Amino acid sequence: MPSLVPREELEAVVVRFAGDSGDGMQLIGGRFAQVTALAGNDLATFSDFPAEIRAPAGTTFGVSAYQINFGSRVIKTSGDAPDVLVAMNPAALRVELEGLRDGGLVIVDSGAFTERSLHKAGYESNPLADGGLAKYRTLEIDVSKLTLEAVKDSGLSRKEALRCRNMWTLGLVSWMYGRDRQPTIDWLHEKFAARPELAAANVAALDAGHAFGETAELAEAGHAYTVEPAHLTPGLYRTVTGGEALAWGLVIGAHLAGLKLVFSSYPITPASQVLHTLANLRQYGVVTFQAEDEIAAICASIGASYAGSLGVTSTSGPGLALKAEALGLAVSAELPLVVVDSQRAGPSTGMPTKTEQSDLHQAVFGRSSDSPLVVVSARSPSDCFETAIEAVRIAIKYMTPVIVLSDTYIANAAEPWMIPDVDGLPRFPVKHRTEPAGFHPYLRDAATLARPWAVPGTPGLEHRIGGLEKDFASGDISYDPANHQRMTEARAAKIAGVADDIPPQGVEDGQQHGRLAVVGWGSTYGPISRAVGNLRDEGLDVSHIHIRHIWPLPKNLGDLLGCFEHVLVPEMNTGQLTTLLRSAYLAPVEGLNKVSGQPFRIAEIEAAIRTRLGA
Amino acid sequence: MHSVMPVEKLAPQDFASDQEVRWCPGCGDYAILKALLRTLAEIGATKEKTVFISGIGCASRFPYYISSYGFHTIHGRAPAIATGVKLANPDLDVWVVVGDGDGLSIGGNHMLHVLRRNVDMQILLFNNEVYGLTKGQYSPTSRMGTRSPSTPQGSVENPVSAAAFALGSGGRFVARSVDTLRDHLPEVLKRAHAHRGASFVEIFQNCLVYNDGVFADFTAKEVAADAQIHVAHGRPLVFGADRGRGLRLNPGAIELEAVTIGEDGVREADVLVHDETNRTLATMLAAMEPPHLPVALGVLYCDPAPSYERSVMAQIDEATSRLPNGDLNALLRQGHTWRVEA
Repeated sequence: MPSLVPREELEAVVVRFAGDSGDGMQLIGGRFAQVTALAGNDLATFSDFPAEIRAPAGTTFGVSAYQINFGSRVIKTSGDAPDVLVAMNPAALRVELEGLRDGGLVIVDSGAFTERSLHKAGYESNPLADGGLAKYRTLEIDVSKLTLEAVKDSGLSRKEALRCRNMWTLGLVSWMYGRDRQPTIDWLHEKFAARPELAAANVAALDAGHAFGETAELAEAGHAYTVEPAHLTPGLYRTVTGGEALAWGLVIGAHLAGLKLVFSSYPITPASQVLHTLANLRQYGVVTFQAEDEIAAICASIGASYAGSLGVTSTSGPGLALKAEALGLAVSAELPLVVVDSQRAGPSTGMPTKTEQSDLHQAVFGRSSDSPLVVVSARSPSDCFETAIEAVRIAIKYMTPVIVLSDTYIANAAEPWMIPDVDGLPRFPVKHRTEPAGFHPYLRDAATLARPWAVPGTPGLEHRIGGLEKDFASGDISYDPANHQRMTEARAAKIAGVADDIPPQGVEDGQQHGRLAVVGWGSTYGPISRAVGNLRDEGLDVSHIHIRHIWPLPKNLGDLLGCFEHVLVPEMNTGQLTTLLRSAYLAPVEGLNKVSGQPFRIAEIEAAIRTRLGA
Repeated sequence: MHSVMPVEKLAPQDFASDQEVRWCPGCGDYAILKALLRTLAEIGATKEKTVFISGIGCASRFPYYISSYGFHTIHGRAPAIATGVKLANPDLDVWVVVGDGDGLSIGGNHMLHVLRRNVDMQILLFNNEVYGLTKGQYSPTSRMGTRSPSTPQGSVENPVSAAAFALGSGGRFVARSVDTLRDHLPEVLKRAHAHRGASFVEIFQNCLVYNDGVFADFTAKEVAADAQIHVAHGRPLVFGADRGRGLRLNPGAIELEAVTIGEDGVREADVLVHDETNRTLATMLAAMEPPHLPVALGVLYCDPAPSYERSVMAQIDEATSRLPNGDLNALLRQGHTWRVEA
């Protein structure tokens, strides 16, 4: 519990934990996010880690970082420039210092700044001694030594003992922000239940770091803060990552449809968390299948949907490319299917652990021939839940594949989420066709143009389908020219008709008309929202429009964009939504494009808005 | 393996669909279709529970001609789609029909994995050693030297043996027959159907147009008796017109050799007895080729093991029995939560 020390009150703060990929930075970041959420703050996190599981220790390319932005106000991004950088070694300092705001606080483990580690990080001289940190406030603490002292009675080897440095650091940072450490202590006892000596050592390190704040009189030095709880909508909350929310959304979506969920996937960064989460839900009847490759994963999903379950697969950009032919089959066979694409930086293997939004064109267009399907996108970790349910709803109602676009940032980021009441969510139960009279496999529903879902096992509805073109009426194989024209048009019309079944495009923030609309999709929601909000506070005429339904686009979107003098589309690709909007509406849409593998900063979007408005 | 109990047993013709069959006149596929219709009738299959899944190629037109559920999918992927079908509904009786290009070239990876996982289905691989639908290119089972539009000077590739591949992949049921063996083929198909798990059946099938007579060295009437051996579990491995020849293990070379009973001191007791649960023996039988050794037909290997989808369902049943009501609100509320008060 917070002691009676003088604490400076902050509205929001950004802390970045950085260390070697083996230093446990993601772990303490996650624990700090948990206690921060429990303290009632709003928050957003961002994991920035290398693709290498254990890069050589002490190297700059092995640096793993976890950033958290938390506050008493609504938090929309993981923060631009950190206020506090925790650097566990010279490499982390070297990589991360540039991002720290001027005057920010650097906390370093001075014990890790040995000649050898400095050399490994590429430092010619010690930045702690040569004035390299002059722009910042610094807290140089020999965390290594203090950790060893704290755990000396644990019986751990020196190497094992030093691994508790992260907990010592978490203890210190917890003290700085007045965070309760009991939930972390409970968690450590649970995690190390089989090795109580490790639990005890970690708790000792955590306690020692916490006590250090008190005994070293850091409060007097101006390093103690308080961040009041945020004014969140009343309700029950938890933190959730995009991967978890997506998995749970799929489970709940299948439940609302009354279907068994069959999820087939092949491991790929950053999508694997969805597979891991679902694989642990067999007690809810969830079937997961780790296929031999990306193609088998989608094919098994198609087979599952054909047999009457909800077939779902999950991947990232290169995997989606491999699934393209099977997606064409699902389009032709007109079967429900949900495909999750957690986008990452490409092309090819690219930067697998870095974020990008560059699969929009692949999702909308990336198949042979005219093969229309539905594409939706999630804007934040918690939004993945609703987006997944929406994808399930559309897939089964329209007998179509639906691609859900997420990305690396969303997949790994965590934020508080008000937990919905599952019983209060609208159901959309599936009725498989059972009536033989008048049955033809491709006879379409007049309203949705969807064909009936007739499932093997149903007496009297035996029929054959496939990737060959079907006769519009009978569903038999047909090479008739006019029929192919008609079927191609029917498939397109079915997907276009989904636009009648989605909410009209609204404006997130600002007027329905004006000088500038900033139009985003996916994970750019946070930075655009904050940037537009900040500049509207200054009185600038700017609005924020955020699109969930990428294809088909909302029916009113063209008219809405026409109400603005300028349209700016920030996206983490070289202009894919920009191109789509231009071609759909012949609108003078301008792109703001970033492909560094890092999310937009609020300041970058603010600067672009100011430029457009001459402000 | 599926205990289907139809009210009324259907006749072979009841399983024929209303679609016009579009294979070339004289194609071996006609004979296979006929054998299969007979098999479905004899096993007492029901139309609604029977699902035929195929890839792409001549063989893959098969589902259109059976009046059950059918899915003509994409090239090479039928085993993966069939796996999904079984995961969705393990009670369906799934037949996969592929050709040698479909099953062993573009779909070779899926074939490997469906066999090693032992997903319960019958996989019929029609091997005609040629790509028919794309007009006659050599296939992964074509013999070295095969001249085709894409190998005008003859193939320089070593062919894959379908049965050896299936055994090497960990398949638990591997059998062989020939399109024209009117009684043998349905019996093999019935055995495949009776086996729980992935049943792999290689059917030598004559492509009249692009590869006519490619199997004549062991299927032609005048050589068949000496060039084929029909194996049966627990029976001596004998063949020949008067069943006077047999297979003996040459222990020095660890290989099978063909012997004539009564010659060179060979007695009947020296001839091996077929044990279909012996993978090593099955592998040696699969490798036999004319002219020195006969082609082994029948059930080379059958040694059942738990099927994949049943094992998955058993895990799910076990997990759901611990959480009978599956409260999804509880799922979303597990771990740390906190309440924000108004």
